[in-house]
Amino acid sequence: LLSFPFQQRIEIHKLRQGDNLILGFSIGGGIDQDPTQNPFSEDKTDKGIYVTRVTEGGPAQVAGLQIGDKIMQVNGWDMTMVTHDQARKRLTKRNEEVVRLLVTRQSLQKAVQQSMMS
Amino acid sequence: RDRRERHRSKSRDGTRGDKSVTIQAPGEPLLDNESTRGDERDDNWGETTTVVTGTSEHSISHDDLTRITKDMEDSAHLDCSRHLGVALGAALALLAFLTPLAFLLLPQLLWREELEPCGTPCEGLFISVAFKLLILLLGSWALFFRRPKAFFPRVFVFRALLMVLVFLLVVSYWLFYGVRILDSRDRDYRGVVQFAVSLVDALLFVHYLAVVLLELRQLAVRSADGPSRFYNVGHLSIQRAAVWILENYYHDFPVYNPALLNLPKSVLSKKMSGFKVYSLGEENSTNNSTGQSRAVIAAAARRRDNSHNEFYYEEAEHERRVRKRRARLVVAVEEAFTHIKRLQEEDQKNPREIMDPREAAQAIFASMARAMQKYLRTTKQQPYHTMESILQHLEFCITHDMTPKAFLERYLVAGPTIQYHKDRWLAKQWTLVSEEPVTNGLKDGVVFVLKRQDFSLVVSTKKIPFFKLSEEFVDPKSHKFIMRLQSETSV
Repeated sequence: LLSFPFQQRIEIHKLRQGDNLILGFSIGGGIDQDPTQNPFSEDKTDKGIYVTRVTEGGPAQVAGLQIGDKIMQVNGWDMTMVTHDQARKRLTKRNEEVVRLLVTRQSLQKAVQQSMMS
Repeated sequence: RDRRERHRSKSRDGTRGDKSVTIQAPGEPLLDNESTRGDERDDNWGETTTVVTGTSEHSISHDDLTRITKDMEDSAHLDCSRHLGVALGAALALLAFLTPLAFLLLPQLLWREELEPCGTPCEGLFISVAFKLLILLLGSWALFFRRPKAFFPRVFVFRALLMVLVFLLVVSYWLFYGVRILDSRDRDYRGVVQFAVSLVDALLFVHYLAVVLLELRQLAVRSADGPSRFYNVGHLSIQRAAVWILENYYHDFPVYNPALLNLPKSVLSKKMSGFKVYSLGEENSTNNSTGQSRAVIAAAARRRDNSHNEFYYEEAEHERRVRKRRARLVVAVEEAFTHIKRLQEEDQKNPREIMDPREAAQAIFASMARAMQKYLRTTKQQPYHTMESILQHLEFCITHDMTPKAFLERYLVAGPTIQYHKDRWLAKQWTLVSEEPVTNGLKDGVVFVLKRQDFSLVVSTKKIPFFKLSEEFVDPKSHKFIMRLQSETSV
């Protein structure tokens, strides 16, 4: 029985900037990446997609996404076993204006981030 | 059988096969070998040493080898040939050296009046001849005539080649000289001088060739009871490499302690309990014995053998004991050293209480003697250190203001052979056993053995890989870094 740390559903409305729809955060990770480089994961073999940066005032931050969150699903698509590029594609579909993410957040990480942001 | 073996070894000298050669420091008499060995010692020796012998149909046993090396006839004969070789080389060198001088002097002596005067170029050439000869002299001395460290009973192929070359060179020059110059009484002195200079140049080049023929390879050494070392060695012949290794052996390898070699008897004896084999059915007398013994061995191997268990516990116990004794020894020695101190100028002591190092050593030795003795006995080192030697060492340490730790180091760590008393451990008699003729050069994979009575050094050669070093320049300003959390994409 796995115990899930804090899980949350986050709805991000993309922002139009010129010709692009941006979400306002950066992702790292993927099954084709080196999991040991991930500073946010608890388990260093975890090849999931993690949020590595959140733009100030961007749509992601407004929606409540935090740095270090692991993205489990995007609009129903699984993100735990995808390559980095696949993840990017799923987030940046041109015909979607809203993305609904299912993220998990380590409670400890949360405390650390809060102290970092203050 | 004795004489036949010896005769065979002598006649085999020129052919391939098992070669044994005596290496002996010059001027020292042969040491007495114990040719009688107890049975159990032979067994152990067989177990723990690896000996490489050549593939010849007659194998010489170890006893035969020692007997052969004791043969006085052989050693006398070899002495002669060594001196002959050196004398020949010296004579040739002298000849080569004097020839240019002769070339220069003969015209002056024989037909001085007819010679054309030869000005400054000649003088320049004279000077160059003089210096080149000097360089040749020094170089030859450095290369060939330094006192040999050991005696090689065979003629060097390499040196022989060089001598032949020099000889041919000198002879051909004399020939030309005789025909062109002496006979026709050449007037041009400058030509003669140039001729002499060219000879000196040629000799110098031959010398250079001699130097160049030494390049690099590598050597690995193993010893009979375990410790091994690796050495870098040049392109030598086997016998020269053997001598080089022996020198290093004395200061690199820890001293050989036969007492430490064998498993304690209590552990081994249990293995050899007998098996009775009953053969049922037909009795075939010829193959029965081998079949029986094989069955015994197989059964013994299959039986659950617990001796390794006991060995382990025995070893652990021994280790603990050694450590305990060592701790006691260290404490005793440290305490002992605190009892004495160097006499300072300002100390007022009556003359009766002042001691010289020897007396001081004796005074404090008593307090550590027991601990020392027990420790040495546990580590089976007591044959190496007599009381006298310990006292001497203690005296030495006191004189030089050494710490107790420095004094103890010699006993706590098995040191190289050269550290111990000379008489006992520096035997100069070694035997070189090799498959290939010992004047061959070292090649990759050559193995030879240096033997003494009770242990041997097995030496194997490996070639160093050829290094290819390439250069790359790094600009100090080019060291720049970025944070990398795998790849990061902003969406």
